[in-house]
Amino acid sequence: MALPWRVARLVARRDESATARTLVLHVDDWPGHLPGQHVDLRLTAEDGYSAQRSYSIASAADGDSLELTVQLLPTGEVSPFLVNDYAIGDPIELRGPIGGWFVWAPTDPRPVLLVGGGSGVVPLMAMLRTHRDIASRAPLRLVYSVRSPGDVVYVDELKPTEEVDVTLLYTRAAPPEWPRPAGRVTPVDLGPSDPRVRVYVCGPTGFVEAASRQLVALGYDERQIRTERFGPSGSQG
Amino acid sequence: MAIVTPGFRGRRSAAAERLPPGQYLAEDFPVLSAGPTPQVPLDGWTFTITTEAGQPHSWSWAELLALPRETPTVDIHCVTKWSKLDTTWEGVSLDTLLADVETSADFALVHSYGAYSTNLPLEDLLDGKAWIAFRYDGEDLAPEHGGPARLLVPHLYFWKSAKWVRGIQLLHEDEPGFWETLGYHEYGDPWREQRYAGD
Repeated sequence: MALPWRVARLVARRDESATARTLVLHVDDWPGHLPGQHVDLRLTAEDGYSAQRSYSIASAADGDSLELTVQLLPTGEVSPFLVNDYAIGDPIELRGPIGGWFVWAPTDPRPVLLVGGGSGVVPLMAMLRTHRDIASRAPLRLVYSVRSPGDVVYVDELKPTEEVDVTLLYTRAAPPEWPRPAGRVTPVDLGPSDPRVRVYVCGPTGFVEAASRQLVALGYDERQIRTERFGPSGSQG
Repeated sequence: MAIVTPGFRGRRSAAAERLPPGQYLAEDFPVLSAGPTPQVPLDGWTFTITTEAGQPHSWSWAELLALPRETPTVDIHCVTKWSKLDTTWEGVSLDTLLADVETSADFALVHSYGAYSTNLPLEDLLDGKAWIAFRYDGEDLAPEHGGPARLLVPHLYFWKSAKWVRGIQLLHEDEPGFWETLGYHEYGDPWREQRYAGD
């Protein structure tokens, strides 16, 4: 009944930005996961010291393969190791999948709005990728807020399609000629509202508070808004 | 026996003996909530303890503030792995609130403004272990941290310390709350690392 610790191995990695890297892990007998779920990692040093962290899963279900995107927090305990030093083939302990609330059911036909701030886009990407892999007909919109163009991750997968609409917001610096001036998320970015829409908001606390307050004021159904705070909780990541 | 991840050294904390297994020290106060932060006006605020016989005991905001207050300094531990040491709160002890409540219940189901709930044994609310807290670090409790008032049960993982607390239902039979029905542990003792069901 208890969720067991499994041994994962790093099989590949990809740079997503100057400070974010995707780790592709292989986990024997991975039971699969739903988009939005996370895993706990346990790293143990030679002397037995260990540290645990939670990371959202970035990939859609794909057999025994699992992708995490780790944002480097320069003064953190775990993320500098995962981003800079964790080597291909090396083991890491992992358990999951965890979480039954911040998940998108792939069979859900209702329209979906994904609102991500910074590295909060990671679990939303698992939803977008699942949506794409199963060719869901549910209308999906991603509103993704980043500081500046260099912070965008998954840049090659953010192209709009017939079912998927992508809005990028830059809070500090927008690319030249970008139609929207740089600035924090506003109701204009999140509207127009539709009470039928299931909404997932993930990002740092200030972003999630601001976005969810605006969504409620716009007329989205409060009970359809699911939130997850994500990313650095100080300097410890 | 844990598997060693080559090259990982980690950073031992000076406060290590005060950290339950798997926890790390946070300097700030992270926020975890499942939905939008509810806006709870004080003029309509009530806190109600309902006994297993259906007998309600209610306090308005003014009535709560008129009760004897305590100022606990406690360590808090979130299931998402951060811990925060020596946090200072102000609130009313559940011992005070339950003093005149006649009950033989063994369990409590805590309800929040919004749809949140969490369950715990009644004895975990007694004997100086739990408060209805409305001030944190010398200031009124901020809405994202559960203001105007939240339950504070620091000896259990912090999801048991329900934000925006609205009432406590006393029950003979244990009834799982929000996270407890979504795979999290029914009791949640951080020192026994009871994070998920079955831990």
